[in-house]
Amino acid sequence: MTTHYLVLSALLFAIGGVGVLVRRNAIVVFMCVELMLNACNLAFVTFARQNGNLDGQVIAFFVMIVAAAEVVIGLAIIVTIFRTRRSASVDDASLLKY
Amino acid sequence: MEPAEFITHSGGAIGVAWLMIALPLVGAAVLLLGGRRTDRFGHLLGVVTALASFVVAVLAFVQLLGFAPGERRRGIALYDFIPGMATKVGLLVDPLSISFCLLITGVGSLIHIYSIGYMAHDPGRRRFFAYLNLFVAAMLLLVLADNYVALFVGWEGVGLASYLLIGFWQHKPSAATAAKKAFIVNRVGDFGLLIGIFTIFATFHSLKFAEVFPAAHGASQGTLTAIGLLLLVGACGKSAQLPLQSWLLDAMEGPTPVSALIHAATMVTAGVYLIVRSGVIFQAAETAQLVVTIVGVATLLAGAIIGTAKDDIKKALAGSTMSQIGYMVLAAGIGPAGYAFAIAHLITHGFFKADLFLGAGSVMHAMNDEVNMRKYGALRKAMPVTFATFLIGYLAIIGFPLLSGYFTKDGIIETAMEHNAILGWLAVLGAGITGFYMSRLVFMTFFGAKRWEGDAHPHESPAVMTWPLIILSAGAIFLGGFLIVGNRFMTFLSPAVGLPEHLPEFNPVSLTGLVTLALVAVGAVFAWFRYGAAEVPAVAPRGSFLTAFARRDLYGDALNEALFMRPGQWLTRLAVFFDNRGIDGVVNGLAAGIGGSSGRLRRIQTGFVRSYALSIFVGAALLVGAWFVVGNL
Repeated sequence: MTTHYLVLSALLFAIGGVGVLVRRNAIVVFMCVELMLNACNLAFVTFARQNGNLDGQVIAFFVMIVAAAEVVIGLAIIVTIFRTRRSASVDDASLLKY
Repeated sequence: MEPAEFITHSGGAIGVAWLMIALPLVGAAVLLLGGRRTDRFGHLLGVVTALASFVVAVLAFVQLLGFAPGERRRGIALYDFIPGMATKVGLLVDPLSISFCLLITGVGSLIHIYSIGYMAHDPGRRRFFAYLNLFVAAMLLLVLADNYVALFVGWEGVGLASYLLIGFWQHKPSAATAAKKAFIVNRVGDFGLLIGIFTIFATFHSLKFAEVFPAAHGASQGTLTAIGLLLLVGACGKSAQLPLQSWLLDAMEGPTPVSALIHAATMVTAGVYLIVRSGVIFQAAETAQLVVTIVGVATLLAGAIIGTAKDDIKKALAGSTMSQIGYMVLAAGIGPAGYAFAIAHLITHGFFKADLFLGAGSVMHAMNDEVNMRKYGALRKAMPVTFATFLIGYLAIIGFPLLSGYFTKDGIIETAMEHNAILGWLAVLGAGITGFYMSRLVFMTFFGAKRWEGDAHPHESPAVMTWPLIILSAGAIFLGGFLIVGNRFMTFLSPAVGLPEHLPEFNPVSLTGLVTLALVAVGAVFAWFRYGAAEVPAVAPRGSFLTAFARRDLYGDALNEALFMRPGQWLTRLAVFFDNRGIDGVVNGLAAGIGGSSGRLRRIQTGFVRSYALSIFVGAALLVGAWFVVGNL
């Protein structure tokens, strides 16, 4: 019954993963990360339903909270970088290296 | 007859025998610590402490004579060296040690007095007397110790004093080198002695003479032989016997009184003392005794041969010292029959050799410190007292009838002849060579034509230098006869070293005695024709290969260099190579490897976020894949 949900979750996760790897725009990468997180949430909730307990749902809430906090900080960083460098490409911000 | 029992003693001069050691030691401490403040009276203090020590020795000797012969081994307890470890340090006053004490303090005092004159113009005179005092104290500790530990302390002290005195003029590179050489060669001997002492402790669980000697017969033959040979190594080092003889000739770099005190009269006799003192052990190990006699004979011949070729008056005398100590070691290796002659010869040799060395010093003093005999000649008129005393010492050492050396050396030769004819005849041959090289020395120095260098104005030395010579030459005349005739010294010494089964008879016209005298006369006459009557060339002629052999100390140094120095250098080079390339290579290589690989690993951090993300994905995929594989196994 719940297999469809899991397949959807895996699809969403794969789309998010590919987006993180191939896209350069930091905002899009960021959105793809969110997509992966929410794919996870969907899987958690599905497993909670499958197992008949609330553990998965509780964790899904935690993930949402962390994601919200991450959005706040991440967007702030992206905006700051864009202001200083006039670019939102993740490949341009490569100064921190060997 | 066996040696007497050890008796615990206190009171009288023997009870304060430690004063003998303490007095010169305090003298040395005051002079060394007092610094320049003691410059004015330093030499007097040195002489006074040595003389006071001599007085104590004489009083102890007189007190010892008061006891019955069987009660003349008096032990004095001093203190615990290491509490609870059976190392109670004490002194042993017996006929053997008191003979040495009288010789060391007596001849030592005379040499102290002589040095006042000899070192009068030396800025380091106070330091010189401090070292002399230190030497006397160490030597007395060596002979008075009642156990091997204290003996070893004295032994090392003597080595130290000898090092300091040989290198006294350390601004001369040759003196500094000679001092180091003496110290290092002695160290080889000390190593043997130390291992010997360890073996004694392992075998007998004690180091006290009073406990070791009575138990000596209980040990196995092999152990006793090992101990004997190890002690002999120590004796060889200190007494300049083959194969550790090479330091003695170089030791002549020190001031002449040092050569007289240390390298003729006292220190080099320590090896003879050790062998005689440990006689019980040697008598129980025949192989060790045989080796001792062979070493003695080989050295007496080697020393004599070296003496024939040296133009340096002190080196010729040094060769003769080696040779005479070879006689003593030979006698000491024979056993109770030889002990008395060994020690008697040691004492008379102490007198006439000190006399000869101090005489040589007096000559050098007169000749602007020239030591080359080819630049002497005809000095007998210029310095009559030195000549007369030197002549007496010379006649004594070649064994001229009725002088000291005649009695003691003849005793050794006769005993050796009885023990083993080959050793005996070799000793006779050595006496003949002695007759040649000592005559050569005297003729080159005091007879013949004047061969003086430019501004030499030979003059007699001051009284403070001639009087010790006169006293020493008196000893060189009378002492031998006094000690040997009627076996006086052998009987006196017997409580310490035992008596042979039958006492030797003194026979003035024995075959060996006559042959010896004849050979000595031949040697002397030959020397007269070569060096007395004939012209002595100013530059040494090249000579045969034998001459070169003797001149170069029988290639002893070359041998040491080839056998020990070169391989030692290879070893150090090998060690350096191994250290640089091997050990350093491993450490440095490891560090370079880690540094290099981490430098390469660092390149992974490109700064591109997406490549990090890719590596995380790949890693996660690998983990998941691995988990699948493991889960399906």
